[in-house]
Amino acid sequence: MTENNLPNSKLGSLQYDPAPESAAIAKLKSSYGLFINGKFTDPSKHEQFETINPATENQLATISQGSASDVDKAVKAARKAYDNVWSKTTGAERAKYLYRIARIIQERSRELAVVETLDNGKPIRESRDVDIPLAAAHFFYYAGWADKLEHAGFGNSPKPIGVAGQIIPWNFPLMMAAWKLAPALAAGNTCVLKPAETTPLSALILAEIIQQAGLPDGVVNIVTGDGATGSALVDHPGVDKIAFTGSTGVGRLIQQRVATSHKRLTLELGGKGANIVYEDAPIDEMIEGIIDGIFFNQGHVCCAGSRLLVQESIADDVLRRLVRRVEQLRVGDPMDKNTDIGAINSLEQLKRINELVAYGEQEGATRYTSSCELPKKGFWFAPTVFADVSQSHRIAREEIFGPVLSVLTFRTPEEAITKANNTNYGLACGVWSEKGSRTLWTAERLRAGVVWANTYNKFDPTSPFGGTRESGFGREGGKHGLEAYLNV
Amino acid sequence: MSDRLEVRKTYKLLINGAFPRSESGRSYEVMSAKGEFLANAAQGSRKDVRDAVVGARAAQSKWWSASAYNRGQVIYRLAEMAESRSDELVEFVKLSEGVKSDVAKATVAKSIDRIVWYAGWTDKISQVLGGSNPVAGPFYNFSVPKPTGVIGVIAPQDSSLEGFVECVIAPIAAGNSVIALASEKRPVPAVLLGEMTETSDFPAGVLNIVTGLTSELAPGLSSHEDIDGLDLEGADEALADELAFLAAGSIKRVLRPGKKIQKNSIHRLRAFVETSTVWHTIGQ
Repeated sequence: MTENNLPNSKLGSLQYDPAPESAAIAKLKSSYGLFINGKFTDPSKHEQFETINPATENQLATISQGSASDVDKAVKAARKAYDNVWSKTTGAERAKYLYRIARIIQERSRELAVVETLDNGKPIRESRDVDIPLAAAHFFYYAGWADKLEHAGFGNSPKPIGVAGQIIPWNFPLMMAAWKLAPALAAGNTCVLKPAETTPLSALILAEIIQQAGLPDGVVNIVTGDGATGSALVDHPGVDKIAFTGSTGVGRLIQQRVATSHKRLTLELGGKGANIVYEDAPIDEMIEGIIDGIFFNQGHVCCAGSRLLVQESIADDVLRRLVRRVEQLRVGDPMDKNTDIGAINSLEQLKRINELVAYGEQEGATRYTSSCELPKKGFWFAPTVFADVSQSHRIAREEIFGPVLSVLTFRTPEEAITKANNTNYGLACGVWSEKGSRTLWTAERLRAGVVWANTYNKFDPTSPFGGTRESGFGREGGKHGLEAYLNV
Repeated sequence: MSDRLEVRKTYKLLINGAFPRSESGRSYEVMSAKGEFLANAAQGSRKDVRDAVVGARAAQSKWWSASAYNRGQVIYRLAEMAESRSDELVEFVKLSEGVKSDVAKATVAKSIDRIVWYAGWTDKISQVLGGSNPVAGPFYNFSVPKPTGVIGVIAPQDSSLEGFVECVIAPIAAGNSVIALASEKRPVPAVLLGEMTETSDFPAGVLNIVTGLTSELAPGLSSHEDIDGLDLEGADEALADELAFLAAGSIKRVLRPGKKIQKNSIHRLRAFVETSTVWHTIGQ
């Protein structure tokens, strides 16, 4: 067989016996209150909503809808804790609390992984190997900064900001909570965290962990609810800082609302990451990297490599290999340890993906979709690759936030850069080449906060993450992540 | 009293390396602090601002692709030029700000020294704000501060030279290009400094200066989609709120006014850089 005439893979037909994780490990309660001032409390208006498993549409638990008055209580608790306790707690003591939290996350990691997969729909392999370990690592990393802030490059005695309001998305629920809470607490702030409406559970388990760790009451408050809850937090005059991760549309509204206040703001928003493949790239790693780049977490990743830019000379070969690999991806029960692609997080998100994919077809791109069988219940989207995409197509410009890859081509490195930067976003990019000088040349010219060379979608607490341009501002991770929570 | 009739100079805009009058054909009278006629200055328009953005965008990548050493030398050259024309600067700072000669002299000296200070930063920012990150895995991972891009500056209204230098040279030292609205009532020292960039090897478009009415020009500057960051130092509280709102439309980085300018602070260097992190695999 020649390179250009690949045999049909037989792997696609390989069946694995089911290896499901047990849902009972989650030990979920039937309902959860709001975590305010160290205690789980009922919401003031007694409004509740259900959180469901997107893979089955079964209800998991009843969640409290935090009202503006609940947000107010949480902010006041955070302020009191800041004034009376946390601002008087030494860095070394704050560090020990954070180390405790990191340790308990590790101890309860299996439970947390199951909770995350049930609530979010992501494969258990990913919550087990990525989300939960990284959440623990983040607390562990920032714990160590709490008593070393004067060495972080922000002056001799950098001060915290005060009360931080933090709003996180549904794609990496616990990891995002860790990314927000750990640096804020290490720097000496107190927090009010608003988890995403569709994925509140792991944050509520984290609230239990925070109780277990003995963190003083009110230092962390967790208020569940929908957009109205987040909005109340953004507008609350007692909040000194807003940190938001989510869509560019909502980020823009928040920046406008905060513009007339003196709240500090960091935003981690959308992306349309270019994954640039030069003709000398190591082919097998590159194909796996492209797959990881777009299909990791069902493509619900702000830094996903959703625009593949392939050098023209190898484009046909790369496309053929990709389509074959997509056919081999195992789509289905997220609780199965062999699953590659789980459920789409919500019906709303599934509609959005369907809408943009329909545009892709209308605008003339060529669609390849896995022939995999999708479960009858739940929200699913088969992994899809679009070829013959041009820069003006909506699927090349808008964030789909789903398992959909757009393939474009280029001839010269200059053209690759021009196309990669031809977006209002600027979060992450990938570069695939065996030639170090070309990789660095490319990385230098990409307008992106993160560049992965011969890899993709890697995260680490020591490595700053965040966007340029309309992908937001501020960094999470590394010593740079402290700046978002220090008065500098 | 000399019999000779003085030759009055009109102070023009600096856009993409050229010194045009405003495309609108307007000019306005600049008065001294005592209320006497000082000079005519171009009254820039929104179109002038947009033209400046085009030049600044093109210039930014050139400026950033020059070596940090070279950028430092160019900025240092500006200090040399300012030193040699310091009498002129002192005269206009004195008249514009209504201060005594010795105060004006000290202001000009501090301004020039500040340019020298920033010249020295061009090749040190990366080392101070960047570094390597010890990730858990077979990767070499490093972060560098890259310039934010094109920065709009509402220069301070009172501090016609020293404040202007602070707000304009910091982002340029970090590798950005700048479109500055000079102080509305005291624009001359800024325009003079702009003239000096012409003999300092500043690439065209790296520093653009628009004079005119702040209330007319600032909104267009703040909402312009090809501007990446905004320094609001010269806006009062109410205007700063309005401009910060406009800036949010394209998620600009916004530096609000009011933070005291401290001698040793790299606050303004940090404000307009983007930490960019590269992961590279390690293997045989």
